[in-house]
Amino acid sequence: MSLNGQQIKQIIFKIAQMIDENKMYLTELDAAIGDGDHGINMSKGFQAVIDKIKDDNGDNIGDMLKKVSMALIANVGGASGPLYGTAFMKAGMWVGNRREISIEDYYNMLLEALNGIKARGRASIGEKTMVDSLEPAINELKVSIDNKFNELECLEKMVNSAKLGMENTKNIVATKGRASYLGERSIGHLDPGAVSCYLILKTIFEEVKKIKG
Amino acid sequence: MVSLVIVSHSEKIAKGIKELALQMAPDVKIEIAGGTGDGRIGTDCLNIMNAINNAYSDDGVLILFDLGSALMNSEMALDFMENIDKSKVKIAKCAIVEGAIAGAVEASIGKTIDEILEALESYRINK
Ligand SMILES: [Mg+2]
Repeated sequence: MSLNGQQIKQIIFKIAQMIDENKMYLTELDAAIGDGDHGINMSKGFQAVIDKIKDDNGDNIGDMLKKVSMALIANVGGASGPLYGTAFMKAGMWVGNRREISIEDYYNMLLEALNGIKARGRASIGEKTMVDSLEPAINELKVSIDNKFNELECLEKMVNSAKLGMENTKNIVATKGRASYLGERSIGHLDPGAVSCYLILKTIFEEVKKIKG
Repeated sequence: MVSLVIVSHSEKIAKGIKELALQMAPDVKIEIAGGTGDGRIGTDCLNIMNAINNAYSDDGVLILFDLGSALMNSEMALDFMENIDKSKVKIAKCAIVEGAIAGAVEASIGKTIDEILEALESYRINK
């Protein structure tokens, strides 16, 4: 798909805008089974992200993603700060000083991000967390790339898989985070982190579609 | 003497635990990182880094935390710190109030960081 740093920066701005638009929705999801701050925290974090990279020329994608990471780590406040912060940090470390990325690079960056999240949160699939939308999405992306689908198809399949994983968090009893205190009563509710993760992947797909479509 | 760092989602909790522990062991250095930098409930990696820096000595630092993201941010803070010997900083997975009091008492009688961790095993909880 070959995206350059400027295009990636624009996609990050769109993610920030989308998070802000979904601030109340994410907060309501979190209020049902957690502490009701996910939307507000994420919105604070991504506003700080915009501030931090608005003057970045995008020449060094890895550096830009590390700035995103630091803004999230310093400004989110909830568990999503260290988790998304680690995700962007690991993706940035993998991409290094590449000036553009292919779909294979994107896959590798997501895989690094996933492994970072799992290590930082000691999480695995099936625990009602963002891993439940991210991991199946990445697996689907890999299969689609291996099957030589075109890039937009690959991204669309990935997003559909993230959506299924996100919806499935309704059926899972939370064992991680604040929702774990609810035990069985967390069933029937979506995990807010799985939802924000799906929304981010969806925004990336939609923006790439606009750029390439 | 080993120092303590109290990491809580709430600044009030962190302050209160420090107060309780100092009653038992007034000579122990206790630093707190409670709430976010802008006064919300939550934990803040940068606050935690500052608290560890202020608490640090070669005798060691014991970190006690309340809930999940406090642990993640404490570990992340340690990942970022390069000016200290990280092998001397330990995170105890125990009940934070009991752990802080017992930890402070053990520190005040000159126990090493590993001896304190050992003593805190009886307050260990799943978190
Ligand atoms: Mg929350």
